[in-house]
Amino acid sequence: MTMAAQEMDGGMPRNDGCEPALLLDGVRFAHGETRMDFDLRVSAGEWLALIGPSGAGKSTLLDLVAGFLRPASGQVRIAGSDVTELAPAERPLSMLFQENNLFPGLDAFRNVALGISPRLWISKADRRAVEAALASVGLEGYGKRLPSEMSGGERQRVALARAFLREQPLILLDEPFAALGPALRADMLKLLAELRRRGGGMPKTVVMVTHHPEDAATHADRVAYLEQGEIVAIGPARQMLSGGADARVSRYLGLPGENV
Amino acid sequence: MNTSTDRSIRIGAGIAAAILAIAFLLGGFVVLLGAGDQAPDFADLLGDAYVRAILGFTLLQAGLSTLLSVLIAIPFALALHRARFFGKPLILRLFLLPQALPVLVGALAIITIWGQNGVVSRALASIGFGRLEVYGLTGILIAHVFFNMPLAARLIVAALDRVPAESWKLCGQLALPPLTVFRLVEWPALRQTLPGAAALIFMLCVTSFTIVLVLGGGPAATTLEVAVYQALRYDFDPARAIGLSVIQIVLTTLVLLATLLLGRDPAGGFGLGGKSRRFDVKSHVRGSLDTALVTLGTLFVAAPFIAIVLSGLAADLPRLVTEGAVQRAALTSLGVSLAAASLSLFVSVLVLLAIEALAHAKRPGVLRRFIRISLETATSLVLVVSPVIVGAGWFLALRQVTDVLAAGPYVVVATNAVMAMPFIVRIVGPALRQANADTGKLTESVGLTGFARLAFVDWPAMRRPLALAFAFAAALSFGDLGAIALYGSNDFVTLPYLLLQRMGSYRTADAAGLALILGLIAVCVMATVERGFAHRKDVAA
Repeated sequence: MTMAAQEMDGGMPRNDGCEPALLLDGVRFAHGETRMDFDLRVSAGEWLALIGPSGAGKSTLLDLVAGFLRPASGQVRIAGSDVTELAPAERPLSMLFQENNLFPGLDAFRNVALGISPRLWISKADRRAVEAALASVGLEGYGKRLPSEMSGGERQRVALARAFLREQPLILLDEPFAALGPALRADMLKLLAELRRRGGGMPKTVVMVTHHPEDAATHADRVAYLEQGEIVAIGPARQMLSGGADARVSRYLGLPGENV
Repeated sequence: MNTSTDRSIRIGAGIAAAILAIAFLLGGFVVLLGAGDQAPDFADLLGDAYVRAILGFTLLQAGLSTLLSVLIAIPFALALHRARFFGKPLILRLFLLPQALPVLVGALAIITIWGQNGVVSRALASIGFGRLEVYGLTGILIAHVFFNMPLAARLIVAALDRVPAESWKLCGQLALPPLTVFRLVEWPALRQTLPGAAALIFMLCVTSFTIVLVLGGGPAATTLEVAVYQALRYDFDPARAIGLSVIQIVLTTLVLLATLLLGRDPAGGFGLGGKSRRFDVKSHVRGSLDTALVTLGTLFVAAPFIAIVLSGLAADLPRLVTEGAVQRAALTSLGVSLAAASLSLFVSVLVLLAIEALAHAKRPGVLRRFIRISLETATSLVLVVSPVIVGAGWFLALRQVTDVLAAGPYVVVATNAVMAMPFIVRIVGPALRQANADTGKLTESVGLTGFARLAFVDWPAMRRPLALAFAFAAALSFGDLGAIALYGSNDFVTLPYLLLQRMGSYRTADAAGLALILGLIAVCVMATVERGFAHRKDVAA
């Protein structure tokens, strides 16, 4: 998908007067026989959902943004800065994985505190900040609990609290709520949306991988559809998910209609 | 034939095969202990100061060897896992090789590097220190560390590879410093692996025979295993041999029980590892330290191999290769190893098929569970009753009815066969288990039984691991000195036995040449095994 195609399909305008929160410019990734090419522009404060079949490259795209994979060519820019050559720790973002977001040997308090004190040398100010972050995700009094003593939803809330505390402009969600039941998943996304709205430390820009179109419909501003290592369609969530944007998206979503 | 009959046949055949293996392992001793005339006086034996000293030394050398192997392996494995450099896969492959190297060849190489005239001694002497005395505890420890440190390192690397990818990503994203990474990620992984790894190494060192025989250097550095051999081969004191064997079996049973409790996994070291991607915060100090550690560890393991090659090339290889005795010994070794590998594979597969049939029984029940666990234990029994002990038992039992040396080839083949069983079971078992998990219900539902099931379900799943297991069993048998040490004669000489003879008669150049030939064959076989494993994910690793 080129920038031009992105615009044609209803993507965000290219020259909106401010630096995009995230820009993938001709990012090419190759591993074995896999070839992926990404061009993507996400505006500050936008919530973008990535959908597509398994193996389409959704998680790879997030790994390229987070610095866990290096592109063969192209540029990754976050908030105007070129981060292509930077290590994951140097990139201004937080990422939540489907599982293993917490260290099992640390209690909830310390797992959150790692977000601001990697050596776990916690000052009084840090302590207050961590407690506030836990409270913001509804986990007051959970500080001493180990991950094994919490439910799946609670564990992901702790991870959210850490992201909140890190105060980065961008958050990448690699299906962190996929293993939760539908109601709990909806609650978690609602919480994330609420935290964004409230301001404070929660990242404003969200890039989320999902297999649930209803999640994208509820929260995302735009939806990008990936197939075989490329973004083949991108546009406003409503348009994309109604099947009006692209026949391939409709086929993927199993929607009836002329496009299928 | 219905599926129920098919299952019964599989279970029956497996039980018969396991009974055969157990009977062979323990049969000699049962016969002897029942006969009465050669029964040892255990009170007398345990009161003997020399026996107590042997027992003490056995435990001391095994304990120190384990401690050193693990303590050296930890920083090396951590550095190796952290570091990303061209050639890392080569180092991981190098660390597979000591397990394939015939122990006698390794011992010879240790003497070449660490002996009085070795590179290390010369280097120490040049800076004013004394030369190393390799015979005795020092040599035994160096050799045991050479063989077992890489094993421990591979087990640790494998454990670190099992850490979820997300944990390494989190460490990178949160910029966790090395000590925090160690505390939160590396140590929890190590803590799960180290007890099992240490117990396994302790077991291997307690039953170590060849190294102690070659590097022990005298009565002060003798283990139970070697004492059994000496009691038979030099003193011909059957009662003492039986007594020492029983003490050894009790000791190894205790260690095995501890090992099982600690979750030992002897096949864990087969994996090549090093697949995890890490995102540690860059640090020049730690990078330099890692480089130094990896270099030192690699040199320690590579040096004996280099010594084998250099010493071997200096020998008169063309004469050796064309020498009748060498050719006969090579052919004998080949015949013994192929026969042992075939027998081992046959018995192991029958037991494995029975284990799987029991695992998927419609009515599991206590009895079936007991039989399944017994079958699994039977395949590991050789870890308790070592080849020298098995050989000794049959040596004494057969002596009463036939010419022991004439029966030698059969006993050696059978001993080598049971010796390979624990490895074969761990190589083939997971593939068979996976096949049953994938298609077991389908096979049952369409009523596939007998030969058809074997040909269309079991064989495709086992074919590749069977080839690997066969190669591994053949390599083990090819380099073994344990069984042949007792049964070797002028008419029955294998390559390791010939090598021991040449070492004993101080034909050093010949010994070096033979070591190169033996080492090359074993390493080539192991390389095949490793190549096969590199393409498999379902093998215990």
